[in-house]
Order: sequence, then structure tokens, then C-alpha cells
Amino acid sequence: MSKRSIVPFGPHHPVLPEPIHLDLVLEDEKVVEAVPSIGFIHRGLEKLVEKKDFNEYVYVAERICGICSFMHGMGYCEAVEHVMGVEIPPRAKYLRTIWCEMSRLHSHLMWLGLLADAFGFESLFMQSWRMREKILDMFEASTGGRVIFSVNKIGGEMKDMDGDMLKGFLKILNEIEKELRELSKTFLDNKAVNSRLQGVGFLTKQQAHDLGTVGPFMRASGIDRDTRNMGYAAYSDIDFETITSNAGDSYARTEVRIKELFQSIDIIRQAVEKIPSGEIAVPVKGFPDGEYFMRVEQPRGEAVYYVKGNGTKFLDRVRVRTPTFANLPGMLETLKGSQLADVPILILTIDPCISCTER
Amino acid sequence: MPENIIIPISPDSLLEEVLKMKNSECRLVQICSVRLEEGYELSYSFGKDYDLYNLRFTIGDDEEIPSITNIYPTAFLYENEIHDLFGVQIKMISVDYQGTLYRTDKKTPFK
Amino acid sequence: MKLLTFAKTELHNLFSKPATRLYPQEPRVYPERTRGHVENDMDVCVFCGLCSKKCPTGAIIVDRAAKTWSIKRFSCIQCGYCVASCPKKCISMRPDYTQPAGEKSTETFTQAPKDDQSAS
Repeated sequence: MSKRSIVPFGPHHPVLPEPIHLDLVLEDEKVVEAVPSIGFIHRGLEKLVEKKDFNEYVYVAERICGICSFMHGMGYCEAVEHVMGVEIPPRAKYLRTIWCEMSRLHSHLMWLGLLADAFGFESLFMQSWRMREKILDMFEASTGGRVIFSVNKIGGEMKDMDGDMLKGFLKILNEIEKELRELSKTFLDNKAVNSRLQGVGFLTKQQAHDLGTVGPFMRASGIDRDTRNMGYAAYSDIDFETITSNAGDSYARTEVRIKELFQSIDIIRQAVEKIPSGEIAVPVKGFPDGEYFMRVEQPRGEAVYYVKGNGTKFLDRVRVRTPTFANLPGMLETLKGSQLADVPILILTIDPCISCTER
Repeated sequence: MPENIIIPISPDSLLEEVLKMKNSECRLVQICSVRLEEGYELSYSFGKDYDLYNLRFTIGDDEEIPSITNIYPTAFLYENEIHDLFGVQIKMISVDYQGTLYRTDKKTPFK
Repeated sequence: MKLLTFAKTELHNLFSKPATRLYPQEPRVYPERTRGHVENDMDVCVFCGLCSKKCPTGAIIVDRAAKTWSIKRFSCIQCGYCVASCPKKCISMRPDYTQPAGEKSTETFTQAPKDDQSAS
């Protein structure tokens, strides 16, 4: 008879960029159950909305997480704009789209690097992050920040990108696309890499639906849903197809994310081509009164921003349901029955962002 | 634009309504609590494709509500979250952390 | 499945320049928009105090009587809210970052007495 033992995993573990703790119940080397505990970096940012006025809170929302910073700011702004009935100018919508896709690029490239690091391919990690560095430089040139962008405000954007800057970015993106094509061969075709990813952490379509998973994690299990299709920002004018895979294993998740990288580059190209000229912000008067559930597609999946205003400058409630929070039950499911040595890879394939999760 | 519907229900019919959602193949999107002057306003959001249905009801400070983890097992994280942060009392959660999901200095900081 | 998929990248890296910079011998050139630190043009400032009210972290302290404007450099989060809300547009964001220091300090700027005022 096999012996049961409990192995604590985290909160500090070389593979984890952020603290999450898992109690792994093992039967020999096999995981039979995993119980998560979070709450190591809970900052109570949702409560802070009662102390900061709704304009100031944009800066707090951006600081929920350092990777999805732009989209947190934008999701909050769009939610408040919906409550107040503000229609932002078309140029601002396109700018948001471009920055959103740049965020996706840098987040997915970072994830590819972390994945390579998790299966011990250090130079692949360096290559991914070298490419990501170019995106961060693009962010710094256009917004003034590498991590926190502070360009969103309620009613539009604060900074504009002129034609020369956008053209320069397209040139850099062309280079990145070329390098990425080369790099994706290693992720998708290399024998050693494949043996770590294929057939590991299987999640069926039904499970993915029942467990409420979101984002590339869900799409790799064959569910065709991408919140961008709802048409926030300028996505309604842009032509793109949801990327899915039917395999449902770690390899499929890598494949979906790599294809999304190429898709993001394509979306930026379309947006730069179609971007209209004009104002980038409209003045906003009055205070939000009402509520709205705004959903945006972050690199990790669908995020929900719930805003409830009471007609004063302080909002009653802001709630952020982040993609990692929704993906945790799915991750626990994939852990069941896996080998202890695969646990780091399985945790990484949902692209966990714990700062987001705990807010 | 996809629908964003709020359905007001009574706290007693929660399980019944959630079961209806389950039967129409919705996924659980989130559970959100808002602190009112007295009591809480709870929203259970369910998604189908791109539509969002929110079951909305209010409860008093000391009222207890049943857990929906029997119907949606993934709700355990959301239920523990609103229990830990707001102090909403929920009975029979499948994985009950007993207030240790968020290890905050102060108990129920959002209350 | 293939073998040696990484060989091309490795060979390329072997014969190309490093991606990193020889810092600090080769200093970093910041783009124009970089939010490095906040600067105030003291000659234009009217000490309305709007920047200190708007600052999310309370890093700016304005003393109207003494005509001083102070900033806690290590509390500032470079969000640019003061720059956006300044009515005289005398606050600006400069690209260079605040230098690291052993202690958190407050920088105070005082407005030089204006000539026309001293004459009258």
C-alpha cells in the first residue's frame, strides 16, 4: 500500500514569482489532492476606494498588479465610464487597444520565459525576456513608465502617440515577430521541451466549463470564448479570430499563448492602420451613480470590474475578479493525479498572478 | 453588446435559483458582496457565452446563507473570501478555511 | 518533433553584440516621456496647494505663508496627477529618476522674493 504524505509547496519556492501556498497530499510521488492558501500579499485595495475619490482610484487600480497594470486601469475606467454614460473619443479607444495588445505581448513573453525557466531551459528564458525588454522600452517611450503606465483617466487617455512613434513601434514589432517565429520553434517543436509539456496537466472541455476557468487556460481546452469579442475599446472594429486548441494539456496552453502573441502583433498593425485622428479625452462632469459589471480580456483571461457609485465622489464599492482567482480551481483539478515533479509546470501553465488574486 | 442582467431574488430561494443556472449550463463568474449600512448586498454572477446574469439579494448582519458549493464546487474560494473580508456567514462550505484564507491582522476588515 | 531547434539562435547570439548595456560606464538614456521625478518652477508657482491635495500619497507639502514647496521624493509614485491638475502648469515631470539614498528625505524649495514686490 502506498503511503500518504503531505508536502507543503510554497509560499516561497524557486518556481513561484509570487507567494502562494499549496498543501499537496501525495501518494508516493503522485498528487491526490491540493489545498491552496492565499492571502500572503493581501493589501485591501478594494477597500481603499472609500478613501480615494473616483478619479484618484485609477492610480490605485493600476497598482493592483505590475503585469496587467494597463488593463486594470482601463477596466476600472471603462466601468466608471459606463456608469456615468461617458463616450470616449474614437482615438482614445484605439490607443487603449494598442496599449492593451502591447500588455498582452509583454505578459505572454514573460510567461514563456518563466515556463522555460521552470523546465530548466535558462537560455530560452533569457531569449524571451530579451524580446520582452523591447516591448517595455516601447511602453516607456509612449507612456513614460515601464511597469506602471498612468495613461488612463476617466474619459479617455492622457498621452497620445503620434504617427512617427507608431511607425517606429511597427518596425520594432516586425523585428520581434521574426525573432518570435524562430523562438516558437523551440517551444513547439523541440523534443526535450515537448516531453515536459505534452500530455501533462490535462483538462477536458467539460471540466474547463464547470470549473469556471478563463483565458488561454480555458481556450486550450477547446472553449471558444474571448472577452475581446464583446467589443470594448476598439475591438469591435478589428478583425481577429479567437484562438483555441483542443488538446487541453500544457503544450496546448503554450501553443495558444504563442499564437496569441502573433495575433496581438496583427491587432496592433490593424489598429495603427485604422486609428482616427482627433481628441484623446472628453471632460467628465458629475459623479458616478449606479453600478456596472465591466469585463475585459486580460493576458490571463477575463477580469470582472464591478463598480457601484452613490452619486458622491467616493464610490461605494469596487470589486475586481481577476483571472487567476477564477483559474485556481481549474489548476487544482489539473494537479490531481500529476507527478510531484510536474507540479511547478502545472502551476505555471495557468500563468498565476497572485498580486492580482489578492488585491 | 452582450447582456448584463440583474435578477433580484429572495435569500431563501438562492439554492433554487443557482440550480436553475446550473441546469442552463452557466458558469460561475464571481460572487461579490457590498457592505450596506445594515447588512450586505450579495451578487452571484453567472455567465453564459458573453451574457452575464447576476442574482441579487440583501441579507441582514446576522443572517446566515447556505453555501452553493454543492452545486458549484468552485464557489468555495469566493465564499471563503466574502466570509473572511466581510464576515458574511455561510454554512456548509465544502472547503471551509474558517477565516484563514486571507490572513489579515484584523478580522473581517471590509465589514 | 525536432532536435537542435535552438542552434540557430545560439549561433546568432555567439556572433552578435550583447543585449545588455555596460552600465554604469554607459549611462541609460531615458526617453523624453519617462516619468522620473517631479519638478516645480518656483517662479511661476502661486502656492494654491492643489497639487498637495490631489497627491495620492501625500508626498507634496505646500506652505503658502512661508512660500515653500516641499516634496518627499521617496513617497512620490510618479503618477503625474499633480502635473495634470496644476492650474499654472508650473509642475512638470522630468526623465531622470531620484537617486537612491540611505534615508528618506524631504526636498524643500523656496520662492525667491519677487523684484516688483520688494520694490513696492
